[in-house]
Amino acid sequence: MGQILLGAVALGLLWSIMTIGVYITYRILDIADLTVEGSITLGAAVSTAMIHAGQSPFLASAAALLCGLGAGFVSGLLHTKLRIPALLSGILTMIALWSVNLRVMGSANISILRLPTIFTPIQALGASKYAAWVCVGGLLAIAIVSILYWFFGTELGSAVRATGNNPTMVRAQGIHTDNMILLGLMISNALVALSGSLIAQSQAFADIQMGTGSIVIGLASLIVGEVLFGRRNFYLRLLSLIFGAITYRIIIATVMELGMNPNDLKLFTAVTVALALSMPHFRDYLQTLRKSLTGGLSKC
Amino acid sequence: MLRMANVTKIFNRGTVNEKTALSDVTLTVSDGDFVTMIGGNGAGKSTLLNCVAGVFLPEEGGIHIDQADVTKLGEHRRAKYLGRVFQDPMMGTAADMTIEENLALALRRGKPRTLRWGVTERERARYKALLKRLGLGLEARLTTKAGLLSGGQRQALTLLMATLERPKLLLLDEHTAALDPKTAEKVLAISDEFIREGSLTTLMVTHNMRNALQYGNRLLMMHEGRVLIDVQGEEKRRLTVEDLLSLFERASGETLASDRALLS
Ligand SMILES: Nc1ncnc2c1ncn2[C@@H]1O[C@H](COP(=O)(O)OP(=O)(O)OP(=O)(O)O)[C@@H](O)[C@H]1O
Ligand SMILES: [Mg+2]
Repeated sequence: MGQILLGAVALGLLWSIMTIGVYITYRILDIADLTVEGSITLGAAVSTAMIHAGQSPFLASAAALLCGLGAGFVSGLLHTKLRIPALLSGILTMIALWSVNLRVMGSANISILRLPTIFTPIQALGASKYAAWVCVGGLLAIAIVSILYWFFGTELGSAVRATGNNPTMVRAQGIHTDNMILLGLMISNALVALSGSLIAQSQAFADIQMGTGSIVIGLASLIVGEVLFGRRNFYLRLLSLIFGAITYRIIIATVMELGMNPNDLKLFTAVTVALALSMPHFRDYLQTLRKSLTGGLSKC
Repeated sequence: MLRMANVTKIFNRGTVNEKTALSDVTLTVSDGDFVTMIGGNGAGKSTLLNCVAGVFLPEEGGIHIDQADVTKLGEHRRAKYLGRVFQDPMMGTAADMTIEENLALALRRGKPRTLRWGVTERERARYKALLKRLGLGLEARLTTKAGLLSGGQRQALTLLMATLERPKLLLLDEHTAALDPKTAEKVLAISDEFIREGSLTTLMVTHNMRNALQYGNRLLMMHEGRVLIDVQGEEKRRLTVEDLLSLFERASGETLASDRALLS
């Protein structure tokens, strides 16, 4: 049981970086960006292909980050310069990345079993597999949260945040909103690709399918984090994404342990996210219902 | 300060919905002018302001602000000249950002955004002093989210943002129309104070004839995409609502009876 819990925490930390990426588009830019489903696999494909070719895992992880940056750039260009709706430009890039990823990997999957990964140096110090994931994932997640906390406090970061809030006002302040959206999409997809790279290295395996449904996992983690750990200030909000991703993995591990068929996992996640997203609406509905009921009663 | 020469703006050109919102408008506003602008619904007042702000690019004509030809400049590239307050109190501020963050965004209007801190300690002192002058108690709420403010508070904040970095031209598009009468009067009085104090060249659209007569040194009335009436100085000071109505009837050959402009 302890091992399962540790495994869930470790996997959650690796996925938390992806969750932070989703947060940047979904909450800060107010865009549902589906590019992530392609860029998570892109990160996995690029880094496993490079490690397979004998490159250093650190270089491979950095390359994944840069490729994600590029994927976000393409999606951003489609949206801002060609005026394609954000949802559609994300889907277009995602579909295009499917072919790109197949090219990069040369086949539908790559195994890097027994090849060095970014976790190897820590395991060499005597740490277990999961402990190594926790170390690397935790360190990177905390570093990313800190950097983003700083960035979104700068003039440039404030401009990105304001763009998701009220683009009219931002343009009136002389800021090119297109560039801010582009920048946000690039940072987001860079993080998602890095996360994909870490996930692939942790399982020593990349698969063309691995991105499918990842946006829903990201959203589920984000919402779990917000609901359980609040949104008091910005630093805590960013941290809540990490805790959300871990909690999501613990929930999944638990339901699996309770005997859920792994094939039902995506259905379970989708239903959970749908319920969570409809909560505010549901709450409003209950309130109006209650009001009309009490109103009706007082009239009698 | 502002020169518009033969500006024409046509929406949905070449479709059944084609609409000429501005028709050959030529207008010069001098340095320090406070121009009030009235006109019925759809007269083209907002379109005129939006053409100046670069929200729309005109089909024909040219626009100069100060010596700069801005005719083809995008909205964000001419923002450095302009302070803007919108009709919708939601439009002027970022709701999820704090009062000080909103002010800081406005302080850097037209400047490149760097990796320096978004709000500095030095600015905060200045924001506090300025907010205090609004008399709305906002000076104690620098870190309150703008979305939590009332409509009037938001408009006052937006006005402060628009004038924080002195604009060459201040554009107010019915910025009190969404407020209750008392709050509207207050925000108008604050606007007038700011404009006088900074000798700000201003274009203010209003639906209220009395306000249009009470404030400013020049009055424009628009009708069907044209500037129909243009009075200033002593003549404007002596103008009454009745004068304005008869001027309008003479110029357009129509009566204003059914128009919202009368209901002031
Ligand atoms: N974005 C747009 N697309 C199409 N038509 C528009 C657009 N904006 C304005 N119009 C049309 O242009 C005309 C002038 O509109 P405008 O908003 O300038 O009027 P206004 O004088 O500000 O009126 P109001 O007092 O109602 O605010 C109207 O007929 C309007 O329907
Ligand atoms: Mg208007």
